[in-house]
Amino acid sequence: MGLATLFGVSIIIFAAIAVLPGDFAKVALGRSATPETVANFRHLLGLDQPALLRYMHWIGGVARGDFGLSFSSGTGTPRTVASIIGPRIANTLTLAAVTACVAVPLALGLGLLAAMYRNSLLDRVLNTATLICISFPEFFVAYVLMLFLAVKIPLFYSLARISPDMSSMEMLARMALPIVTLCFGIVAHMMRMTRATIIGLLASPYIEMARLKGVAPWKIILLHALPNAWAPIVAVIAFNLAYLIVGVVVVEVVFVYPGIGQSMVDAVKSRDIPVVQACALIFAATFVILNLLADVLAVASNPRLRQPAS
Amino acid sequence: MSDNENSTTTDRRIAGLSATRRAFLSGAATAAVGLAILPSFPSMVFAEAKSGGHARFAINDGAQTDALDPATWQSSFTQVVFGGTLCNALTELGVDGSAEPDLAESFSSSDDMKTWTFKLRSGLKFHDGKNVTSADVVASFKHHMGAESSSAAKAIVDAITDIKAADDLTVVFTLAGGNADFPYIVSDCHLAVFPAKPDGTIEWGKGIATGPYIIDDLQPGVSVKMKKNPAYHKPGKPYFDSVEFVNIIDVAARTNALMTGEIDYMVDADIKTLTLLERNPEVEISKVAGLRHFTFSMNTEVAPFNDPNVRQALKYAIDREDVVAKAFLGNAKAANDNPIAQQIAFATNPEPVHSYNIEKAKEYLAKAGLESLKVDLSVAETAFPNAIDAALLFKEHAAKAGIEINVVREPDDGYWDNVWMQKPFVGVDWLGKPTCDSLFTTVYASDGPWNDTHWKNARFDELLIAGRAEADPAKRKAIYAEMQQLLQDDGGALVIAYALFIDAMSKKIGHGPIGNMLQCDNFRMAERWWMA
Repeated sequence: MGLATLFGVSIIIFAAIAVLPGDFAKVALGRSATPETVANFRHLLGLDQPALLRYMHWIGGVARGDFGLSFSSGTGTPRTVASIIGPRIANTLTLAAVTACVAVPLALGLGLLAAMYRNSLLDRVLNTATLICISFPEFFVAYVLMLFLAVKIPLFYSLARISPDMSSMEMLARMALPIVTLCFGIVAHMMRMTRATIIGLLASPYIEMARLKGVAPWKIILLHALPNAWAPIVAVIAFNLAYLIVGVVVVEVVFVYPGIGQSMVDAVKSRDIPVVQACALIFAATFVILNLLADVLAVASNPRLRQPAS
Repeated sequence: MSDNENSTTTDRRIAGLSATRRAFLSGAATAAVGLAILPSFPSMVFAEAKSGGHARFAINDGAQTDALDPATWQSSFTQVVFGGTLCNALTELGVDGSAEPDLAESFSSSDDMKTWTFKLRSGLKFHDGKNVTSADVVASFKHHMGAESSSAAKAIVDAITDIKAADDLTVVFTLAGGNADFPYIVSDCHLAVFPAKPDGTIEWGKGIATGPYIIDDLQPGVSVKMKKNPAYHKPGKPYFDSVEFVNIIDVAARTNALMTGEIDYMVDADIKTLTLLERNPEVEISKVAGLRHFTFSMNTEVAPFNDPNVRQALKYAIDREDVVAKAFLGNAKAANDNPIAQQIAFATNPEPVHSYNIEKAKEYLAKAGLESLKVDLSVAETAFPNAIDAALLFKEHAAKAGIEINVVREPDDGYWDNVWMQKPFVGVDWLGKPTCDSLFTTVYASDGPWNDTHWKNARFDELLIAGRAEADPAKRKAIYAEMQQLLQDDGGALVIAYALFIDAMSKKIGHGPIGNMLQCDNFRMAERWWMA
């Protein structure tokens, strides 16, 4: 199922890029290129072949795990797409993982707190604060954080430039602002979902029963409500994790973080089509895989769904 | 060649453009005395240069696909970092705009300017200690030549018919036709000298060349760290112990990084927030009028632009000062329909100077037998920064002279493919070139590859050939003066203004007068600047 989706997406990606205006060889070489230089280059890239053939060639390669060569390959100096985006994916995954480690527990904790003390001052403050966070566009949050936490009060670095030779502590220090920016964007969504799901369950008869038995409120929430609330919560978490990988473009560009989002921007700018296609496909795959994972977890957390329907 | 390929959504330029300030050189070997607009201090006293320190420069158009192959250098990042800091060419553009010897210690030509002999300095060494010989130079030029070449510099070396190594330190070039500007041509950063391999190709992949700094750590699209080359051939240079070039596409991020001291220099300051930056006592703003210029170009083969009177009417119907003030926020210099910037050798300021003159515009319209005129002007944000604003201002100005300009907003994507050279009246961004000959040859000669005005003037073409091989500077001056006059009177390019390079740097950086041909001190800031 997931594979079929990806196959469909690959066709859409290829077609969308194929109908973009402008000739890629021409754009890549700039206006300085003479027609013959462009012709040479087009031939070198195989752009003079029909689109269907190019698609077959590309998708065949991808199926074998080969994303092909970047257009920036010179003659005799092949640069594989994988070698260009490999390190970038690692960086993006690192950022996503660290952010997730901060944001998911934070969101769950706040969501549970808000559910426990619903309609209290705390609940209202949390709700308002997260709503405000989620309403501002990311670049704005990024600039505001940069202004206050780097320029005005020099707490953090305004650039998240990391290099492999740094210690992990230094990397973390440099990544602080992008992490905070991303948290602002995703904590709210997960927290509100957690709160809503738990509150929805609290009205159900078995919780009533537990309360009548005199179980402590926090126990009710953690042991009785939460296990049945996992499915929708996990779905939202999966969606947000996918967003951490796919939606970091703005944050990466603003903080100069060398991740796949920047790769994509770079590649679009320089019309490096194989790289753009690979990035788009990876983004699609991220969504498919994480949603699949969310479904699996939802099934696993619900005993009724584990039985095959008889 | 000329134009802007850099593009960021936040920066003044937009994604999907073509070439960033590539500098394609060729030009007058005679000393050009540039009228540089120096950083905004009229009576600057330049401090003594001293050694030491680590400088961090932020450039805005690096990409992860940046390669060390000189045939692929299109962006300012690759040209500054690889061309101007890692490498040297035979000659370089001096601060005054003249072609100065670099790896070559001297050069001379035959009387017909067709044969040029360059003598290398003795004792030149590559970063790995190997000697630099004429074979390396020959291989480095051949890298861009040949029918199969897709090099960015192919058009520059096309005129070379033969290169020979006469001895270990002497290289002889034979050209298809005489060219007095050849020493300029070889200063182009693409013609950087790399070590030759036994098979006659060059070894660029290791990043070993002759320049002032050696690559320490190369992360394409992110940063390039470099350390001083202790065996550099210029005594006392470079001054920094190490430099780092950082790629920061986003202009706000660049500005913040400069404010927080994470970088010492940023290219392309944001003109919208320039006043805020100027208030910072730690920051110096440098404004240099370069060769880059913006035009509205008319196709002179298409009605109504095929009538020279209509072209003149339009040239008088724009208030350039107003466009500079409102569209470019004062960060440009009004032009006079002459694409040759004033700092180029043999530049003139043709008379009468084209200023906003409604009466004159109407007079020319009458000469063309027209009561009124209605034309479409195609622009996009990508045509040049704030091109749409400039076009709308032009519309207002021209309306007063009875000329109706319909501003057509074209999509940014594909602008250089589907609009430029296709539509009859378009906005264009030119990077400029350092000599009359190279600009005329590529853009205004009948058969020029970018003759976007489709202007074919027999006298102009004849003068072009004569001027190229003319050894006598006085005669050349007369020839180029006549050509510039022809362009101003009859050409199809309405030249609006020259752009300024606007950069910001920490006061900790010391520098002398800044070169005004290419950005970043003619690409050589790492070699020329120091820590004050």
